[in-house]
Amino acid sequence: MDIPRHWRLRKQRYGLVGEVCESCNAKVFPPRDICPECGKEAKTLYTFSGHGEVYSYTTVFDAPAGFDETAPYTVAMIKLDEGPLVTAQLTDLENRKVEIGMPVEMVTRKLRNATDERGLLVYGYKFRPVMN
Amino acid sequence: MHEVVIAGIGQTAVGEKWDISLREMAFYALEIGINDAGGLRPQALYLANMLGPALAHQSHMGTLVADFAGLQGIEAFSVEAAGATGGVALRQAYLAVGSGAVDTAIVVGVEKMSDQTVSNVGAAEATLTDSDYEAEQGLTPTGQAALLMRRYIYEYDPPEYAFGGFPVLAHKNGAANKFAMFQKAIRPELYQRAGMVSEPLNMFDVAPAADGAAAVILTRPELLPKQFAHPLVRISGSSVVVDTLALHDRPDPLVFNAARLSAARALEMAGKTKHQIDLFELFDAYSIYAALTLEAVGYAQPGTGWQLTEDGRLELDGELPIMTFGGLKARGNPGGATGLYQAVEAVLQLRGDAGGNQVKNAQTALIQALGGPASTAASHVLESIS
Ligand SMILES: [Zn+2]
Repeated sequence: MDIPRHWRLRKQRYGLVGEVCESCNAKVFPPRDICPECGKEAKTLYTFSGHGEVYSYTTVFDAPAGFDETAPYTVAMIKLDEGPLVTAQLTDLENRKVEIGMPVEMVTRKLRNATDERGLLVYGYKFRPVMN
Repeated sequence: MHEVVIAGIGQTAVGEKWDISLREMAFYALEIGINDAGGLRPQALYLANMLGPALAHQSHMGTLVADFAGLQGIEAFSVEAAGATGGVALRQAYLAVGSGAVDTAIVVGVEKMSDQTVSNVGAAEATLTDSDYEAEQGLTPTGQAALLMRRYIYEYDPPEYAFGGFPVLAHKNGAANKFAMFQKAIRPELYQRAGMVSEPLNMFDVAPAADGAAAVILTRPELLPKQFAHPLVRISGSSVVVDTLALHDRPDPLVFNAARLSAARALEMAGKTKHQIDLFELFDAYSIYAALTLEAVGYAQPGTGWQLTEDGRLELDGELPIMTFGGLKARGNPGGATGLYQAVEAVLQLRGDAGGNQVKNAQTALIQALGGPASTAASHVLESIS
């Protein structure tokens, strides 16, 4: 499925690469080319630190086709340290109880079922609790 | 703009309809609507469908339905805006008739959600979110609602079961609606014991995806015979507004800004305030969306929308009746048709034909369909012409 679509998104998915607005310095993720803060063009690439905290989360039991092998899984909105919110799964939770405000960091993991019908593996960002 | 009236309405019973095809269901609603409008023949058909290409493997549905109804030679096409589809298609017809470009238009909403497995329906519904940045992380529309409900609970700390008032009211009103998927009242204890769908959303917080079709016919009043079979309803306000597609792109995801703007613009156009509304068909796809909508439109302060379900304030004889025929929760949520069911139900109220669901002396109704978490909002103000 959709090989070019996933290939185009590799920078964002592997490196959490978004944009920075040269006019107002707002950090933008996912990239959208128009700064949501000031409306000017934002095309300069910016690599996020991958650190943030849980803004909200839920556990999906009835997963859509393509994700059913990994269900149940926890999907969250993460408030990145640089400002933006991003939607991502939480991983490596083991038995940890998730809480709003919990510090998390980005890791790269498989996003979908192990393989789809054409053998394509889709990798991308997930977030795990910060180990201390 | 010319004055635009709703001359005919049609709806089919909502539920799991394995014995009837998409085109047949659409045709039934269309035929009932045209008969209700005294046989008025439309020059344009706007087809409201949300997931036909994914779930029925059918695109090009405006032509399909017009063709099946024997309306070759007229204008027809389909419209899609996720859950707001029906409201957006209604606006399309309103603009066409109001501008004078079309004399009579029919809007037909149709959806078939029950033919596919739950995981296929889930994958199709996930495409209504931001595919690259939400669906690809395993998020679904139901997951979005769960994220909002969790955050709402965190920020405002409502009591446990605070949202239960919405499904309990929906089921109470659905009991007298013979077109509703569920026609049985439920007790609050049932809500409190319900299994989790996507924590903290339980199965009663989620309106059921269903099959259904509904239609409305719009025309200009001077084109109708003087002695018409039933009272006419005027469309006096109409507005569609979009927000960010993805929930994570909003400064405050708990604010349904498009719902606020679209209701305000439709009301302003109608020259009404929100307190002059006799009933509000809001979009309770999830009970949290009912609360966030009441807050966005200005009936409640942020964090308090759920409180309106107390003391009967939203019931048929309350100060602001909502979900008067059961809402999405009890009537069912047939995707692209849902916004048309809202219009049909509001027209029944304004004609005084709502039977056991009648809101007394209903003169003005607000209806609002939402695409996703108010990523699109379509609002209309309907008024009875006395
Ligand atoms: Zn900027």
